[in-house]
Formats: sequence, structure tokens, C-alpha cells
Amino acid sequence: MHNMNIAEPPPSLASGPVAVNVNSLGEADVFGAEPKISARGVNFYYGAKRALNGINIDFTPRRVTAIIGPSGCGKSTFIRLLNRMHELVPGSRLEGEILLDGLDILSPACDAAELRKRVGMVFQKPNPFPKSVFENVAYGLEVNGFTERNLIEEKVIDSLKKAALWGEIKDRLRDSALGLSGGQQQRLCIARCLAVSPEVILFDEPCASLDPISTAKIEELILELKRDYTIVIVTHNMQQAARVSDQTAFFLMGDLVETGRTDRIFKAPRDKRTEDYITGRFG
Amino acid sequence: MRHFDEELQQLKNDILRMGALAQEAIINSVDALRDRDKAAARKVIDSDVEMDRLELAIDEKCLDLIVLHQPMAGDLRFITTAIKLNAELERIGDLAVDVSQRALDISDKPLLKPLVDIPKLGEMAKRMIGDAIESFIKSDTSLAKKVVLSDPEADTLKRAVEKELINDYMMRDGSTADRAVPLLLAARHLERVCDHAVSMAEDIIYMVDARVVRHHPEELK
Amino acid sequence: MKRRDIIQKIGFSALFACMAANILFLGGIIFFVAARGLGALSWEFLTQAPRDSMTAGGVAPAIVGTFYLTLGAILFALPLGVACAVYLTEYSPKGWIVNVLRISINNLAGVPSVVFGLFGLTVFVKYAGFGVSILSGSLTLGILALPVIISASQEALTAVPQSIREASLALGATQWGTIRKVVLPASLPGILTGVILSVGRVAGETAPILFTAAAFYLKGYPRSIFSEVMALPYHIYALMTEGTHPEIQTRIAYGSSLLLLGLVLSVSMLAIFIRARQRKTYNA
Repeated sequence: MHNMNIAEPPPSLASGPVAVNVNSLGEADVFGAEPKISARGVNFYYGAKRALNGINIDFTPRRVTAIIGPSGCGKSTFIRLLNRMHELVPGSRLEGEILLDGLDILSPACDAAELRKRVGMVFQKPNPFPKSVFENVAYGLEVNGFTERNLIEEKVIDSLKKAALWGEIKDRLRDSALGLSGGQQQRLCIARCLAVSPEVILFDEPCASLDPISTAKIEELILELKRDYTIVIVTHNMQQAARVSDQTAFFLMGDLVETGRTDRIFKAPRDKRTEDYITGRFG
Repeated sequence: MRHFDEELQQLKNDILRMGALAQEAIINSVDALRDRDKAAARKVIDSDVEMDRLELAIDEKCLDLIVLHQPMAGDLRFITTAIKLNAELERIGDLAVDVSQRALDISDKPLLKPLVDIPKLGEMAKRMIGDAIESFIKSDTSLAKKVVLSDPEADTLKRAVEKELINDYMMRDGSTADRAVPLLLAARHLERVCDHAVSMAEDIIYMVDARVVRHHPEELK
Repeated sequence: MKRRDIIQKIGFSALFACMAANILFLGGIIFFVAARGLGALSWEFLTQAPRDSMTAGGVAPAIVGTFYLTLGAILFALPLGVACAVYLTEYSPKGWIVNVLRISINNLAGVPSVVFGLFGLTVFVKYAGFGVSILSGSLTLGILALPVIISASQEALTAVPQSIREASLALGATQWGTIRKVVLPASLPGILTGVILSVGRVAGETAPILFTAAAFYLKGYPRSIFSEVMALPYHIYALMTEGTHPEIQTRIAYGSSLLLLGLVLSVSMLAIFIRARQRKTYNA
């Protein structure tokens, strides 16, 4: 390793656009490979107020990208653009492009409901439906026209297993989802999301209302899930971002200040604002 | 100032103290060697225990800061560098003890020759330690770079001493070995001290610039 | 005892007195009606038609009539009311038409019952040609019930947390799909409560059915929705104002009142029970 020519990334990284800026072990600061989702020149307005300024960012497939920043920096606002959930709020305006596998999700040709099957979301506060556990997970399938009982049952069990909830819940499938603990409810929401077989999963501060043990379980789950899904996680907890993500993006007052490999960002941030934020010298 | 910043400042002071002790030990041991002063040599050996104690305290303090505060970025690099400097300085203290041992070895024997280069090497070591510590306190990479670039000079001085002792004394008269060898070893000890100072300087460059220059001399622009 | 303890005690006593007064009124009415009408109640009273110019027999046709009218009213008002509430809550349209709509619904609730009756007479009985019938009565009562159902449904729909809707949409459901599969099922208990409350209201109304459906005395049971019908509220009114044998008929009137009261109270109890159960599921 020490004799390696530092200009070339090691062959184990995916081929693709070669990143400049390598560290002492010769590893690139961003991962190669075509991005799964890209934002280009994204400006977002609530009425006359601009909440996001010219955001350009790529999300690498099958990696976890964390978005950090202080309250009000625009990180939650931004993540909701990726599955067009911002359209639920009237009076907002979006400029720029957001590409999923190279196709603009904001064009009229792209159907929002179809998009959201490919890009799923887990919210800050667990929001299971007031139905049974089984019905919750099966909901996405039913809404998309699946009717075959066996198929649905299989998918429900599979999703609950993937969400590391099956063992705790297999005797309580018909019980109300509202009777589960907070951590279980959140994993149920994850299972519900997985049942639709998305390609991307957006986590909007998923552990904000959970205790440390539930949080640890979900972080572990995310590390498992990244093998098959592209994951974006908004978090106000920097240690969580450090534990869980491969890449980190720092937002501040609507700007994307800096982005790069998580270990590099937390060891040696390039922008002073990033340094001030992550060392807690803010404000 | 936040509580954490105060702790970091305290850590700086501790490293500063460690550095002062190291410099003192080196100079005193070289003086003991030059003056063939047994008492002075023993004093250096006895004082080493203070450095050992301080080293342990600094190590513990650094671990505490990491586990309790989860430092990031610049703070993290500062603390990990402090841990490394701590170890290097303690090693330097041990080398001062070694030089004092050499002083004890020759103090009962007649003078071989008045020492010129060895004290020069000692001065150089002291200066390099001082510059390294100063560059740490001030986060001054240019000073650290100066230390790294002084390494060849230390090497040259050590080789001159070796050459003189081997060619002019031991080869001509084998019986001088019992007085020449300790001096040779002392020179090597002092050159090792300079190596440690260089290592410290490299760590400090990483701390400030987040650039690794160790094993990458081309980075030393 | 300190001064503020005394003030606190006075305050609580006053509140308690008000509450006691309420219970007293309700209890008073029940007692008053029961004392005079309990004697009239019997199995025959509930199952037989009146005989001997309303001095004997029962009020079964009136019970049946009230039932049909109420059912008809609900069948008309429920789908219309829920649809209206869904539109207002879920699609939240903007613009002046919507504000007009909202104001209209609120005002509808304040229209005096007799005005409803006249409206029904003009529109359903005369213009539409339905005549005095269950149909006219149901429609009139339905309009009366509409604001109640819309209100209750709106409340139930808004009580469904926005996070649930977001969850559904984020899974790829459409807005209508979300309403159909998540929001409406969740607000069903609330809507049901609204229905039951309007049943209580509708069953006891006299003025709207005065001109549109009710008759004092009918030989048999209604044959179709175009038939006239007897109804409990009207029966009570008629007995007291046009009765030929006041002493006996007064007792029958009180008996009918007791019956009607009992019906409405038990319906209210049912609504409260369902609401309590619904609250339990949400807070589980």
C-alpha cells in the first residue's frame, strides 16, 4: 500500500469518472460509478423565500449518503424533492433537474405515484396505518394492484424479515400496528416500504424519536440494506452519520457546502464552515 | 471558551511541559558526558521518572477526551497527534537516560578527547525538539518542515563523529575502544533523538494540513 | 384555610352546581314524562295500531313510520354528506366558490325546522309531485341531517393525522386511493357517530314532516315510499291538539313521548360508546 502511486485509485473501486483528491492510501474522495440520483442546479422556493440554492449532488448506487446540517439548513426540504413529496405543500416552486437513472423526475412525463414506488421514504416519526401489522406491509402491494393472496403473503413475510422484524412479530401479524413499540413501528414502516421493492430508500431522521437501542438496530439494518438499495439519510446526529454512511453532504442555510467520503469529511473537512459545524463550534 | 477548549489548552500545556523536560534531559545528559560528571548523569537518570508519570497522565487524558467528547476533524487530529508526540517525547527521555549511562561508562576513565561534535549534535537535537513543539503549539507547518529538512544535517554530524572515533582512535589503537565505543553509542542515541523530532514534525504537518508527508517526501512542498 | 383554598372551593362548588343543574333538568324531564306516560306503555302499545279513535291500541304504525323516515333521511344524507366532507377536507380547494360552500353549510344548520318543512312542501310535495309521502319526508329530513353529517365527517377526516396520508402517498398510492383505503376507513367511527347523532335529531323532528309526510290516522301500514305515514313526534302533537278524548289521549301522548325520548337517548348512548371505543384504538 505504501509504495502505491497515489494518483491512481485502487482497482477495487468501481470504474467510472476518476475522482481527483485522493487520500494517503490512494482512495478517491468520492466513489466512482454512475450516480443513481443526481440533482443539478436545484433551487427551491417556499413562496418568495428561497430555501435551496443551486444544489448539485450525486448519490452513488448501493451506498449510504448522509445529509447533515443544522436545523433549517434545508436538508429535510431537499430529501423530499427526491420523491416529489414537496408537491404536497402548495405554493412551492422548484427549479433545476433531478435525475433518477438519468431521467428527469420533474418532467410531466414522470408520474409521481410511479416514482414513489421506486423511491421509498421512511419518516421521522413512525406512521403505521391504524390497521394490522400484515395489512400495513401489504398496503403498498394492494395499492399497486396485486391481488394474489399467496404472493402478497410471501412478500409480506420477506419484507418483515428484511426489516429484522419477523422474529418479534410473526405471532402478531393480525394485531394492530399501533400496539407496537416505537422502534418496532419504525421497522414496520421500513418493511412496508421494502414490500414495494424500491430501488432507493430515503430516510428522514428515522431515529429522531427512538431510544438508543432501537436506533442501533435501525442503523444496523441500514448497513444491511445498502447491499441492495441506494440509501439517503438525513440526520442531525453526526455520530450517526459517521457510523452509518459512506458519503456525507453538509448543508447550511440552503447551500450544499461540502460533500465527500464520510471518513474524509469527519477527519479533514475542507471548508471551515464544515469544520466549525462538526466540531460543535457553531453559533 | 468552552469546557472542551479549556481541556485542549491544558493538553497543549502538558505537551509543552513534556517537551521542556525532554530538552532539559538531552542537554543535561550531553553536558554530563562532556564534563564526565557522574552526579549530573545520575540526576538525569533519576529525573526520567517524572517524564514517565507525565506520559501516562497525558495518554489517559487523551483517551478521556476521545471517549467523552467524540472529537471530530481538527480536534480529533490534534488529540491523536498529542498521543503520538507524547510517545516520541517519552522515547527521547529514555534516550537521554541512555546518553547519561554512557557518561557513567566513561566518567571513571581518562579523557579520550575533548568533545566538539557530540555537543553540537546535542544542541541540534535540543533545537529540533524545541522547533517541533513550537510548531505544534502554533500549528506552524513551515517550522515543522524546517525540522524535517534538518534530518540530513543530523545524519552528517553523526557520521562525522563515527568516522573520527573509528578511524582516528579505534583503528589506530584498539585499547581506546572502551572509551570510544560509549561515545559512538552516545552519538547514535542523539541522532535517534533527531529522528524522533522529525517524526513529531511529520505528525504535526498532518495535524495542521491533513496531508500525510510520512513516507511521501514529495508532499513536502 | 388560606384564602386561595376558599376561592378554589367556591369555584368548584359553583361548577358542580351548574353540572348538577344540567343533570337535574334532564332528570326532571325524564321523570316528568315517565310519571305521566309510563302507565301507557305495554307490549300492545308497541305492537298494535291505534283503535277506537286513538283511545286504545298502540302506536306501532308511528314507530314504523318514524323508522322509515329516519332510514330514508340517512340514505339520502349520508353519501352526499360524506362526499361533501371528503371534498372539502381532502381536496381542500381554493377560491371563492369554496368559501361560499362552507358558509352555506354552516347556515343550513341554522335554518328553522318549520322552514325546512315549507321548503319540502313546495319542492318535493308540489313541484316534484311526490305528494305527502315517505319520500318527501325523507328528503326533507335528509337536508336537515346534512349539516350534522358533514360536520361530523369533516371532524373525523381532519382527525386523521397528515402523517398517515404522507405514508400512503410515499408508497405510490394516488390521492383518491389514499382516501379510499386509509383515510375513510380510519374516520369511519367518527362518521358513524355523526350518522347516529343525526338519527337522534331526525327522529324527533315534527315541523319538517308536518307538511311533507305525516298523517294523523292511517288505516294500515305504508304501502310504498309514496304513501303517507304516521310518525311519533307528529302523533304526540296531534294527540295533544286535536285529540277527541283528552284524558286518555294525554296519557298516550306521554307514553309516546317517553318512547321517543327513550329511542333518542339510547341512540345518543350508542354514539358515545362508539366514540369512546374509537378513541381507545387511536391511543393504543
